[in-house]
Amino acid sequence: MSLKNRHLLGLEGYPGEDIQTIIDTAFTFREVLDRPIKKVPSLQGKTIVNLFFENSTRTRISFELAQKRLSADTVNFSASTSSLKKGESFKDTVQNIEAMKIDACVMRHPTPGAPLRLTEYVDAIVINAGDGTHEHPTQAILDMTSLQAKFGYLKGLKIGIIGDISHSRVALSNIHGLLTMGAEVTLCGPATLIPPYIEELGVSVNFDLDEVIEWADALNVLRIQMERMGVNLFPSIREYRSKFGITTERLAKHKKEVVIMHPGPMNRGVEIESAVADGDQAIILDQVLNGVASRMAILYLLLGGKAES
Amino acid sequence: MKTKKLAKRTLFKGGTVLDPVKEKEFIGDILVVNGKIAAVGKENVDDADVIDCKGLVVTHGFCDLHVHFREPGREDKETLETGSRAALAGGFTRVCAMPNTNPPIDSPESVRFVAEKSRNCPIHIHPIGAATKGQKGEELTEMAGMADEGAVAFSDDGQPIMNGGVMRRILEYAGMLGKPVINHAEDDGLRNDGLMNEGLMSTRLGLPGNPTQAEAIMVHRDLEIAKLTGAKLHVPHISTASATHHVAEMKQRYDKVTAEATPHHLYFTDDDLSEYDTHLKVAPPIRGNADRKALINGLKNGTIDCIATDHAPHTIEDKESTFDLAAFGMIGLESCLGAVLKILVQEEGVNLFTVVKALTVNPRKIIGFETNLFTEKAVAELTIFNPHENWDFSRDNIYSKSINSPYIGKSLTGKVKYTIVKGHLYSY
Repeated sequence: MSLKNRHLLGLEGYPGEDIQTIIDTAFTFREVLDRPIKKVPSLQGKTIVNLFFENSTRTRISFELAQKRLSADTVNFSASTSSLKKGESFKDTVQNIEAMKIDACVMRHPTPGAPLRLTEYVDAIVINAGDGTHEHPTQAILDMTSLQAKFGYLKGLKIGIIGDISHSRVALSNIHGLLTMGAEVTLCGPATLIPPYIEELGVSVNFDLDEVIEWADALNVLRIQMERMGVNLFPSIREYRSKFGITTERLAKHKKEVVIMHPGPMNRGVEIESAVADGDQAIILDQVLNGVASRMAILYLLLGGKAES
Repeated sequence: MKTKKLAKRTLFKGGTVLDPVKEKEFIGDILVVNGKIAAVGKENVDDADVIDCKGLVVTHGFCDLHVHFREPGREDKETLETGSRAALAGGFTRVCAMPNTNPPIDSPESVRFVAEKSRNCPIHIHPIGAATKGQKGEELTEMAGMADEGAVAFSDDGQPIMNGGVMRRILEYAGMLGKPVINHAEDDGLRNDGLMNEGLMSTRLGLPGNPTQAEAIMVHRDLEIAKLTGAKLHVPHISTASATHHVAEMKQRYDKVTAEATPHHLYFTDDDLSEYDTHLKVAPPIRGNADRKALINGLKNGTIDCIATDHAPHTIEDKESTFDLAAFGMIGLESCLGAVLKILVQEEGVNLFTVVKALTVNPRKIIGFETNLFTEKAVAELTIFNPHENWDFSRDNIYSKSINSPYIGKSLTGKVKYTIVKGHLYSY
C-alpha cells in the first residue's frame, strides 16, 4: 500500500483512491489513539523536520504528536519570514536543514508555491502544512476523515464552506478534495471574499446563508481574520455576524440537523456563536483528534513505514 | 561570438534584402564602404571582404525602445557595456534605456552620464529620462535640459503615474519638446498586491491577481489625456485585449499614439505559471490566451507598432526566491527574434515584413531616429538573420550579465547571424 505521489503538496489533481487510502489508514490509527499506550514503532529511525515559517499552534502540535506516536525523531524549526527577508534566503535555510540528513519536511510557509520550491532544493519528502492562501491538504484530509466518520460516506455529500474563501488555504484544499471524492460544494461569504473564477473549479457560490444551510449536510465554517476588515473587504463584524455568522437562532430556523465544522482557531461570537461551537451539531473537537490520526496516516504512507498489528 | 572591425570594403552577398522602409524584398548584395552604405542591389566587387548571406535575411539593425541596463546603481545585474553585448546577440543596434536606475535618471546631469558612457559602447544607447523627480509621480523633471543632453523620451517606467493631473502636465511639457511620454500603465488600486494575472490560474495557485482592467483603465486615461494635450504618447508593454482595443479606437481619432508589445506577452500565457516559475513574474503580468491572441492581432493590423523586449536583468538570488519576494521582469534581448518569429510567423502566419518593421522602422519612427538606413551614405546598421533556423535557447546564448530568462530550454525559430554597427561586425 503506497501513494502515487512522493510528496503531499496539495489536493488539486491528487488521486481519489489515494485520498481514500489515507482516510482508511487514518481510521486504523484512530484506534491506536484509543489504546492506553498510544505509540507504535512504524517510523522508528526516521527523521522529520517541522519547518514553520509562519506561526501555528494546532497544526504544529498535531504533526508533532503524529510523529511522536509513530516513533519518528523530530526537529522543529521556526523562523519568522521577516528575519528571512533580512538575511538568509529561503534556499539557504532549507538546504542547511537538508544537509543534516532528514527523511521528510513538514512545511508551513506564508507564500503560495513554497513547498513546490522546497522539493527542488531538498531530497526529502515534502508535506505541505499550509502555503499562504494556496493549499492546506492535511487539513482537508482530516476534514474528510471527520465527514466520513460522521456520515459513513463522502460521495454525494453536500458541503457548504462559509466565510473568507479568498484568503483560505483550507477552502481551496477542501474544494479540490471534496470534488474529487464526489461531494458537492457551495461557497458562501461576502462577495469581496470569494475568489474570482472559483466557480470554474466546479463549485457553486451562494450569498444567502439560509439557502446554503437548507441545502447542506455539513458546514465548514472558516475563521474570519479581523485584519481583513481594515482593507475594506467587509465593513464590520456586526454586519458579518448578521449575514454570515452561524448562530443557534439561525440554525433553529431550519428543521434539519446540519453538521458544523471549523478548522480553528475560532472567533467565537463572530463567524460562530459559542453555543453552536460547543453544541451537539459541532464535530470540531473530533476534527482535532482526526487531525492527529490523519497526519499519522499521511506520514506512515509517505515514509513507507512497516505494517504494524 | 566573433567581433571584427569592418574591412574598408565589405560585401554582404546574396542575401534576401528586406527594406522595411520601402517595403521591398529582393535577393541582392549590400556593399559597405568605410562603415557606410555604398550600394544596395547587385554588386560585382572583387576587392571587398565578402560575407556570404545566402539563405539569410539582410535588414536594418533592430531597435528596442525598452531596456533596463541598470547603470548606475545595479552594475551587478547589468551595465551599459554588458547590456550592449546582449543587444548585439539579439540583432539590436540601437536601444532606449529606461531611467529606473539607482539613482534614477531624472536630471540633465544624470542623462549626460548615461549618454557619455554609452558613447564608448558597441551599440547606440539612448537614455529615456524620468518624467518626475525620483519617479515619485509628483514634480516634473527638467525635461528640456534632459532633452538637450540626449534624453529621447520621458517615462517613470515601473512606477505608474497615478495622478491624472500630473500626467497631463508631463504630456504638455514633453509635447512642447516633441518627445513621447511612456507611462507604465497600471492602476495602483486595482493592481493592488497582484503578483500575476487575475484569472482561474491565480485562484488555483492562491496568488493575488492583477486584473486586466488595471492596465486597460490606465491606458484609456492616458490616451484621452494625450489627445487633450496634443502630445505623443507611447504605450509600453501592452498586455491586454482591452487596452489594445482602446489604442485602436484612439488611433482612429488621434495620430500621436503608438504602442509596443513584448515577446514574453506574445509567447507565454498565465497557464505557464502553474509551477510558480518566478522567471515569468513580470509587470504587467503574463495574461491569458485571449489577451495574447489580441496582441498578435494588434501587431497584424498595426494597432501595436513595435516589439520591445523590456529586457530586465536580475540576479540569481532575486529570482531564486519564493514567488512573493522574487523580482519582477526578465531578460529578453537575446531571445527576442527567435521568440517572435516562432510565435508570429511560424505559428500565426504573420507576414515576415510586419515583424521586421516592428523591430526596425516602426520603433525608429516613434522616437524620431533616422529610418532610411539603406540609402547611400547611411551609417551601416544591419542585422542579418536566418529566419528558419530552429534552435534551443540555452545559457550559452546569454550575453547579459544576468540569466533570468524563461526561454532557457525552449525551442525558438529564427537566429541572428551577424550584427553590424559602429563599424564592427559581430557574428554568431
